[in-house]
Amino acid sequence: MLEKKHLEYRDRIRAFMEETIAPKALALDIEQRFPDEHMKPLTDMGLMSMLIPEKYGGRPTDTITYTIAVEEASRVCGSTGIMLAAHNSLGCWPIYAFGTEEQRQKYLPRAAQGGLLAFGLTEPDAGSDAGGTRTMALKKADHWLINGSKCWITSATKAFATIASARTSDDPEDKEITCFILEKDWPGYAVGKKENKLGLRGSDTAFLHFDDLKAPLDSQLGQIGEGFKQMLKTLDGGRISIGAMALGLGQGAFDCALKYSASRKQFGKPISYNQGIQHKLADMATQLEAARLLIYEAAQMKDAGMSFGHMSAMAKLYASEVATKVAGDAIGILGAVGYYTGPYPVERMWRDVKLCTIGEGTSEIQKLVIARHLLKQVEGKG
Amino acid sequence: MDFRLSEEDLDLKQMARDLAQKRIYPIAEEMDEHGETPRELIDECAELGYFGFTVPEEYGGLGMNSTSFMGVLEEICSASAGFGIMLSVHNSLCCEIIKLFGSEELKQRYLPEMAAGTRIGAYCITEPDAGTDVASLKTTAVLQGDQWVLNGTKSYVTNGAFAGIFVVFAKTDPAAGHKGISCFLVPAGTPGLMIGKAERKCGIKASDTRELSFSDVKVPKDHMMGEPGAGFRMAVTILNSGRIGVAFQSIGIAQSALNEALKYSKERKQFNQPIANFQAIQFKLADMAVKIDAGRLLAYRAAQLKDAGEPCHREASMAKLFCSEMANEVANEAVQIHGGYGYIKEYAVERYFRDARVTMLYEGTSEAQRMVISRDLLRE
Repeated sequence: MLEKKHLEYRDRIRAFMEETIAPKALALDIEQRFPDEHMKPLTDMGLMSMLIPEKYGGRPTDTITYTIAVEEASRVCGSTGIMLAAHNSLGCWPIYAFGTEEQRQKYLPRAAQGGLLAFGLTEPDAGSDAGGTRTMALKKADHWLINGSKCWITSATKAFATIASARTSDDPEDKEITCFILEKDWPGYAVGKKENKLGLRGSDTAFLHFDDLKAPLDSQLGQIGEGFKQMLKTLDGGRISIGAMALGLGQGAFDCALKYSASRKQFGKPISYNQGIQHKLADMATQLEAARLLIYEAAQMKDAGMSFGHMSAMAKLYASEVATKVAGDAIGILGAVGYYTGPYPVERMWRDVKLCTIGEGTSEIQKLVIARHLLKQVEGKG
Repeated sequence: MDFRLSEEDLDLKQMARDLAQKRIYPIAEEMDEHGETPRELIDECAELGYFGFTVPEEYGGLGMNSTSFMGVLEEICSASAGFGIMLSVHNSLCCEIIKLFGSEELKQRYLPEMAAGTRIGAYCITEPDAGTDVASLKTTAVLQGDQWVLNGTKSYVTNGAFAGIFVVFAKTDPAAGHKGISCFLVPAGTPGLMIGKAERKCGIKASDTRELSFSDVKVPKDHMMGEPGAGFRMAVTILNSGRIGVAFQSIGIAQSALNEALKYSKERKQFNQPIANFQAIQFKLADMAVKIDAGRLLAYRAAQLKDAGEPCHREASMAKLFCSEMANEVANEAVQIHGGYGYIKEYAVERYFRDARVTMLYEGTSEAQRMVISRDLLRE
């Protein structure tokens, strides 16, 4: 029951993904290669600027349209899905939401043209507990002096700039966190080697190191001490797109298993004639639909200006857990051939989707967010 | 896509919530214990129009759509799923099938009394040997002169004891399989219709469940609804309403179970602190809430498709499958959070746990839903 414009958009974006991205997905995975050649077609489709207003060269859409784009990209290539999700939700959105007019003018038009942006929150000793951030930014007379490292940064090797969080008080007890926009070309900004991963191998993930990086005073994003809040707000939105990414990977694996079950013959008939297979398919489809509706609900709440953090946590938690299970069941339906890299995409999707239960907050962190929201409601009632 | 209810629907839901909390919840345990529904409660619901929710106004109903009714049903079921199923069977199955397939004369004759709550409906399809395999039912109807003569046995009939009208499926052409099934209206009190003793059940004990036997039960010729042999198709159409109804019943049970668990986890102290402080409890609560929300979205989608007159087979089955299994998981966890207290009748979660079980069985078992869904998927 999507609106007509959404259904038409889905058809268009699916055709594009199947034609342009899908044929390369296997090679990107095997070669661990970032698809530079995809950046222009993705940009031309408006996919790099979905959360950027027209004023800054963007092609803004509502959040449901955005989730459809991420879902359809991930349905054929998880690496493309996460690149889009990270760039739009974590790179572009906070600069627009928290940046000055100058910062918006400086970064958003370039991002809309396909210049990748990254988001640096996680550190070796600060995962779920972002309070453990060690990266330091010290205010000098005419610059910020930044030292520290960020890890597991999506698109790190390609991004022309990153948002990064840092402590801005030299008192070790003070957890004051502030965000900055840092450019790759600035001396002291170094990118680590590309990580070798279980899945999403076409996406570039690496460390970022800041070694006596002198950042101009106006690289500060928003107010001093607002960084933690900004990060959490950014993740509220980002989680919807990680949910959509998980959904796309689950749907891609499901579509493959459904088709396979109708063509694979054993005991003289297609395996889809067996109830054991039929009921697996029914469960998979039901769970994916439920996940999709949670994602749309979160998206609609966001667009309606409602408080939606708990709903995006629900959507991300549920979609990622369910899609991981669906992709595993898809391998089960294909049997041995599903376990091999190449003939069918299901094992790649299973490896890819696992990230969705971890990135932008583990499933355990989502539950924490949701439970806090629930218990606060009971407290409110006294 | 917009699942948000209209202002009017929200008002109706709020009214139902008030009734559920003030009038139904306080006596829910008693109804469960004795298997009876007080007549005053039925009258009160009738006054609010709950017996003719989707019946057109010209026949004395409220003329509302299923989506509005489902909001109300969820609230009623959150207080007593047993009382709720009585309303659901009456509205979603009996009124609905007469509204869709009854002749003008039958509608005028029965719907106003049904909408007023003075003639409650019962729906007779399942038999001792015909459950999921509906086509194998054995009750027969033979035309003799201008009367149909029915013979056979129907099992698990909700509202059996006090129903004023029975919707009965019987074979008019036993050789034709599912194409030989037709649908009849049998008014209460028709000679030969025998009401068996009340079944003893695990849950939804506030509702009345009976075996019925038909021994040369005669009804006028015009009491067949639809064409001869169209019964199976009619039943399948109506099943969507029934399944969506069970989905909302499940949501009502689950929501209450979660609410109780939330409240209890804040009050109950162990190791010098409320157990809500423990992550093991918090994460259970989070999982429960996620599943309820996902279920509610599936259920509203199915209801809205149905109201829009669009095909909703797959969606209704998905909603029913998901919500019923979800309600069992949620009620189970609510008992777990209550610990030993959850196992005794002083706490409502014990009842929710028992009540939830039937939602995976009636209006098609979970396995039957999976058959519907997978067939639909594979047809594409």
